Amino acid sequence: MRIAGKKISAGTIAVYLTVIVVTIIMLLPFAWMLSASLKLSRDVFAFPIEWIPSQPRWENYLDIWTKIPLALFIYNTSKLTIIVTVLQLLTSSFAAYAFAKLHFPYKNTLFLGYIATIAMPWQVYMVPQFLLMREFGLNNTHLALICLQAFTAFGVFLMRQFYMSIPTELCEAARIDGMNEYQIWAKIMLPLSKPALSTLTIFTFVTTWNDFLGPMIYLTRTELKTIQIGLRMFISQYSAEYGLIMAASVVALIPVLIVFLALQRFFVEGVASSGIKG
Amino acid sequence: MSITSPAMSDSPAGFAPKKKVRVVSKRRRRVENALIAYSFIAPNFLGFAVFTLGPILFAFALAFMHWDGSNPITFAGLDNFWRLFEDKAFIDALWNTIVFTVVSVPATLACALGLAVLLNQKIFGRDFFRTAMFFPYVASLVAVAVVWNMIFNPEMGPVNMILYTLGIAPENLPGWAADRHWAMVTVILFGIWKSMGYYMVIYLAGLQGINSELYEAAGLDGANAWQKFRHVTLPQLAPTTFFVTVMLTIQSFKVFDQVYMITQGGPGTSTLVLVYHIYNEAFISWDLGYSSMIALVLFFLVLAVTVVQFRRQRED
Repeated sequence: MRIAGKKISAGTIAVYLTVIVVTIIMLLPFAWMLSASLKLSRDVFAFPIEWIPSQPRWENYLDIWTKIPLALFIYNTSKLTIIVTVLQLLTSSFAAYAFAKLHFPYKNTLFLGYIATIAMPWQVYMVPQFLLMREFGLNNTHLALICLQAFTAFGVFLMRQFYMSIPTELCEAARIDGMNEYQIWAKIMLPLSKPALSTLTIFTFVTTWNDFLGPMIYLTRTELKTIQIGLRMFISQYSAEYGLIMAASVVALIPVLIVFLALQRFFVEGVASSGIKG
Repeated sequence: MSITSPAMSDSPAGFAPKKKVRVVSKRRRRVENALIAYSFIAPNFLGFAVFTLGPILFAFALAFMHWDGSNPITFAGLDNFWRLFEDKAFIDALWNTIVFTVVSVPATLACALGLAVLLNQKIFGRDFFRTAMFFPYVASLVAVAVVWNMIFNPEMGPVNMILYTLGIAPENLPGWAADRHWAMVTVILFGIWKSMGYYMVIYLAGLQGINSELYEAAGLDGANAWQKFRHVTLPQLAPTTFFVTVMLTIQSFKVFDQVYMITQGGPGTSTLVLVYHIYNEAFISWDLGYSSMIALVLFFLVLAVTVVQFRRQRED
């Protein structure tokens, strides 16, 4: 077969066909969500599906802000996500530098302690963690969620794997030039670790933004709730308002979409270089 | 390390014989270096020790206690352990978790590997396709679960509408999340759809690490595409496959959120999974000792499976 003067094999066509069909399956729910968010609730389930509503109801996107404190939920989630991500990046890359490039007693023991907890499901210790936070008077505060998400073993592991691939000679040369360890970390390691930092940012941002069980356990007061819990609350309160639910869902998706699209070009590179592929 | 540290030049050389100063300052330098290293680790480690390590140790202890969270703790010995065997819901939850894992791990792995191989080729719009596949993984679970529930709504959802137009009689249409027999299928399908893009990215990273000369050599030997995949790609990807299998298994044993959103463990106990049971016992019944015992079972399950996989990896 020839397309635009090029010879194209049956294999290539099969590849494109498979990829396109799978992509459609992956994206269809989002298309449906977007389409339903512009419809009246009674039209949402009309069949055959009217993908582009003839009379789009933009009001849905106005109404959601007054039905629930959506802006407040978004503010809470943004605050939590940004603080957790920044803390995670800072403390993880800081600790990872020591594990990758410095020598000190009990290095391997400490690192093993980190590794051992990566495989430990959070659900195994979520109850004692909750009791501990309650003991500290931190239940129903955002600080509790920050504390439990900002210091993960995963972050240290990921950054350390990446730092291991940076030649030690670079650090040695910097030491000869009179830099101290903190300067080496700030001026040499951090600028070199953009792919790993981007990977960790995506992971942390996505996990924190989308976290459900954590906020559900810790935050019972409405004014503290995050977008996921708020959305869930909205769904149970207005279970028949399909159009509004979909509009709120679209709004909840947008921030993650932006961060993801901004950083995704680093992503495959980051996964590859940080060695989390095993 | 052969570099002079500032500590050495600061040493009071005038007050002692030179040799001794060397020894003292060397030790001092080592202590200083260790302190610097610990200062790097401390911010993360303190948080990690207090909020993760501590609770983990507490969890193990709590499994052998009775506690409702407010009255004094009492020692329970093995009471909580024996209770597991009489708890019908626990046995259902254990079984459902195993079914979920056994089905979704190989299915997700196969989809992820297939997609990665396809999207590792130089095809037009590759970056777009990769992004599209990955997007469900980063999308808000609450939002996509509610869409999923609408699309799979047994009476009005488009999926059943399409099946109906294809000629399936209304009484034979699957009840999806509302039907005992289909609820687990619905949850598993959702899980595959949501997470396969992530494992695809990991496989893509693995594929990029394969030396292209291996394919050229196989091509010279007359290998076709399938033989190349079977005898070059798969063996070269073995470490990646191992990592993906371990991660997927752990994730599957920990499944909770998607069950909570789509079926709430029902109908009946048809999709009740271990973490759901832990959650119920802890935050609904406030039976903290027993919920920790279930958590302990979950931990040993994950540990056992991981160890077995590590053994098999080493044999290969």
